[in-house]
Amino acid sequence: MCSYVVQQARLKGSGKGPAGWFPLTQANVTFDHPTVAFLEESLNIDFFNNESDASERITVEISADAARQLVIAIENALENPH
Amino acid sequence: MAPYEGMIAEMVTLVGHNNDEISAYYARPMGAGPFPGIVLIHHMPGWDELYREFTRKFAHHGYAAISHNLYERDGQGSPEDVAAIARSNGGVGDTQVLGDTDSAIQFLRSQPNSNGKVGVIGTCSGGRQTYLVACKSAQKVDAAADLWGGRVVMEENELSEKMPVAPIDYTDQLKCPLLGLFGEDDASPPPSQVKIHEDELKRLGKDYEFHMYPGAGHGFFYYDRPMYRIEQAVDGWKRVFSFFDKHLDKN
Repeated sequence: MCSYVVQQARLKGSGKGPAGWFPLTQANVTFDHPTVAFLEESLNIDFFNNESDASERITVEISADAARQLVIAIENALENPH
Repeated sequence: MAPYEGMIAEMVTLVGHNNDEISAYYARPMGAGPFPGIVLIHHMPGWDELYREFTRKFAHHGYAAISHNLYERDGQGSPEDVAAIARSNGGVGDTQVLGDTDSAIQFLRSQPNSNGKVGVIGTCSGGRQTYLVACKSAQKVDAAADLWGGRVVMEENELSEKMPVAPIDYTDQLKCPLLGLFGEDDASPPPSQVKIHEDELKRLGKDYEFHMYPGAGHGFFYYDRPMYRIEQAVDGWKRVFSFFDKHLDKN
């Protein structure tokens, strides 16, 4: 917790923030205290554009159970395209 | 009539590690003093509103208090955005923490109404950094309070270029009284690591008091979070002020 330890993934794609679409280059994943979600701990993902400043970021904070369901949903979508 | 009460809280600029200019939030009571000083080392979620409030709380209790921005070099913006960048950059290195915090200590001690005493307090990553400062600062630290600072005890694989030594390994250099507040349900630091730390303090004959709260985990002072524990937080704040009042010669 609160350790600066992050799991990182290189990304290729785009995301939409308050100012519109921008390229995504990296995701930082942590299981730590959330900023806003009313959870003691949450799975947090920051989607970044490394070539931009901090404002180009999309962030999510979800419960551990929700994160596991999300992983399954992503795997299923990749295995069963279209 | 109640005695007059007032404070000034404002931003100041410090010259920190590597001669970089960094921002700091400085709150102090109105009046001639003399006032003891407190440096607040912010937590990993950033140099945020909570730390502004903590800083003013110390001023309300008669301290000249300063909270410096360890994330200054990571950019400007909302605290959570800047904290996300800081985290992505691998966090704040221990050498930078020492340089920046030394500057804050010097700032307080150089004020004409300082009583010459300065304490340091921090929560979360700031708790670990407080312990680091208490052991390694080039400045005199008169008392230190580590509130649930994780990674004072570190495994070999947790060490990095920015954090090359586990703070517990500096314990022989601890030069001031130490207060530690922890929660039994905390995962970082877990009670097992707090015990390792306490055993080392005991072994080296250091002046410390540790309190391990049942029914609390990490961050139990954070009143806007589910981790808040009112009973433990109220008791914890009493211990914090009692500790600093005593060791910083507050009138």
